[in-house]
Amino acid sequence: MNAIWLTMFILGILTFGIRLSFIVILDRWQAPPIIQRSLRFVPIAVLSAIIVPELVMPGGILNISPTNLRLLTGIVAMLVAWKTKNIVWTIVAGMGVLLVLQYFF
Amino acid sequence: MQTAKIEFFHGIKDELPILVGVIPFGMIYGILALSAGLSKAEAQAMSVIVFAGSAQFMLVQLAAVGTPALVMIITGFVVNLRHALYSASVAPHVQKLNPLWKTILSYLLTDEAYAVAITHYYRKDKSRYKHWYFLGAGLALWTSWQISTAVGVFLGTQVPPSWSLDFTLALTFIALLIPSLKDHPSLLAAISAGAVAVLTAGLPYKLNLIVAAIIGIVVGLWSEKK
Repeated sequence: MNAIWLTMFILGILTFGIRLSFIVILDRWQAPPIIQRSLRFVPIAVLSAIIVPELVMPGGILNISPTNLRLLTGIVAMLVAWKTKNIVWTIVAGMGVLLVLQYFF
Repeated sequence: MQTAKIEFFHGIKDELPILVGVIPFGMIYGILALSAGLSKAEAQAMSVIVFAGSAQFMLVQLAAVGTPALVMIITGFVVNLRHALYSASVAPHVQKLNPLWKTILSYLLTDEAYAVAITHYYRKDKSRYKHWYFLGAGLALWTSWQISTAVGVFLGTQVPPSWSLDFTLALTFIALLIPSLKDHPSLLAAISAGAVAVLTAGLPYKLNLIVAAIIGIVVGLWSEKK
């Protein structure tokens, strides 16, 4: 077995272990209330941490100005998401705005 | 059983918008893996065994420059560490399931499946079959990741970057995030996590996500007390 297969198998097991970790741990161990209260912030914090860099630093370069089309589009998408609470509308509106902006600028 | 089936298909349906962004990503991965010197079988197997987009991208790039296996394993491990947060977050919701369910759902616990499934777990309805929704979302993502890898590997085709389909991922996450910002602590957690993620964007291996998430959580907890 060559190195790439070995790497794959070990990393596959480790990745599965990471994903299973707290599902098993929190089963056996009664977490203190502060941990339990903190869990509701996990999706909010993680999603924000993924989204904001995508918007303000497209291609890895910080750009907070109207020349950043993804930032403009993201702001529109946030308004649509807030108003409609609907994923499909948010995507349709966002992609529409982005493609139109890309076409003209 | 009927409800389980409904939940399952509901999960697939809600995962569909994310797939628009995931499929081009999978195709690019397939092409990149071949150009890095992996065989077709290796490229496809990695999508099945590791099943983690960002880590796979990094691995094939490291493989291309002849990086030692140990370094690749550690790198992939660190890139995937953020999934521990997801594990903790879904843990209370899957606690009552049997070990087989926990095993399958853990294998399927990617960023994209997590984002959709956890949003559903926080919805107010009292469905007892939300794990079927999680399974539907996870399998929809898994299947399209495998197929898009295969399309990249075997056909060598890719979606033109000018279509900007990668942006649909961010848009889906916006659609999931914004309605969940219902109180001050949530809003502050979101703003601080977003700001920290940008400030620490220079960190390698996506560690900025972990740092930002932890700070966001702490800010949320702290503002809850006031």
